[in-house]
Amino acid sequence: MKIKALTAVTLLLAAPMAMAGGADDDTLVINEELEMVTKTAAPAHMENVDEIMSGWHFRSDETQALQMDDFDNPGMIFVDQGMDVWNTAEGSEGKACADCHGDPADSMAGVAATYPKWNDASEEVRTLQMQINGCRTERMGAEAYKYDAGTAINVEAMITSHSRGMPVNVAIDGPAEAMWEEGKELYYTRTGQLELSCANCHEDNYGNYIRADHLSQGQINGFPTYRLKNAKLNGVHSRFKGCVRDTRAETYSPGSAEFVALELYVKSRANGLSVEGPSVRN
Amino acid sequence: MASGVKPRVKVPKKAAAGEAITIKTLISHKMESGQRKDKSGNVIPRSIINRFTAEFNGQSVVDVTLEPAISTNPYFEFEATVPEAGDFKFTWYDDDGDVYESTKSVKIG
Repeated sequence: MKIKALTAVTLLLAAPMAMAGGADDDTLVINEELEMVTKTAAPAHMENVDEIMSGWHFRSDETQALQMDDFDNPGMIFVDQGMDVWNTAEGSEGKACADCHGDPADSMAGVAATYPKWNDASEEVRTLQMQINGCRTERMGAEAYKYDAGTAINVEAMITSHSRGMPVNVAIDGPAEAMWEEGKELYYTRTGQLELSCANCHEDNYGNYIRADHLSQGQINGFPTYRLKNAKLNGVHSRFKGCVRDTRAETYSPGSAEFVALELYVKSRANGLSVEGPSVRN
Repeated sequence: MASGVKPRVKVPKKAAAGEAITIKTLISHKMESGQRKDKSGNVIPRSIINRFTAEFNGQSVVDVTLEPAISTNPYFEFEATVPEAGDFKFTWYDDDGDVYESTKSVKIG
């Protein structure tokens, strides 16, 4: 009788443990050769978190496996499409990305790890997409892409894929500091009818369930991200928009100064983790 | 003409004679089902890959009929026994009459 009761208690205790959506201890190796840093010490500026973790750890084994092989990773289809754009001449100058930048495997290696970053000429913090659009309007004489539109994301994913495995390293001092502070302010500001800030979910409750899903730390080192739910690549700002909407607030627009600041701040929280984009999530 | 169609195949370069190897194939294709309507209510015409075949040295390995319910970017993974060195030939047949082909050689060793 006692044993039975004990077993029942153990089961009751064990059940929620098995259900918890915490981070696992798997190792992320891409194509059996490229080992990723998916857990590391938090950068000095983070006050409330000791260890930063890639969102990859919070996903099921099946979803994790999709990212471990480029053939299985559906995001790589879009990288291919981004490569086609890279080689296509557009605009009044008749130039393609490749005419100035050559092979992205050389010229774009490590680039995505440092964005968003301060641009001296335009005196603003630029995301990778803003930089691409800068090239298009200033050098190619082409039209800027709509922010987070399909083609823009494809090119961003292609450029990002050449930084995979390199540690995220965005600068938060110097001229970018003011924008970074703004982003931090946004991160900790409660919005919407639910009065939730980014931190309420991704700092206070990562590893717990939010309805049927696991809350990650909200790291963006894996963007652009292929999501199984919409079968396409998703940009950081679109993801921000979805999160803010879920707090039942009016959202900022993708490409807005607010989201650029937030991207800079959130990316700086991933300083030290490997760039994973395009990653696979659900 | 469907746009952005690109076949991709992953076959090991080498195999032991008689070994079963895993083959992965994927073709990027929108697989428009013919059931959907556009904003003004007109039916978007069906445009899918309707057949996929794999041959090894002229001998059929798989021959698949695809139906409209199959998702975008159809992916096939299967095993094939390789009795000798030779070529795998993969063929996708599009509704619009286009045929996409890809060939991969396998060595014995």
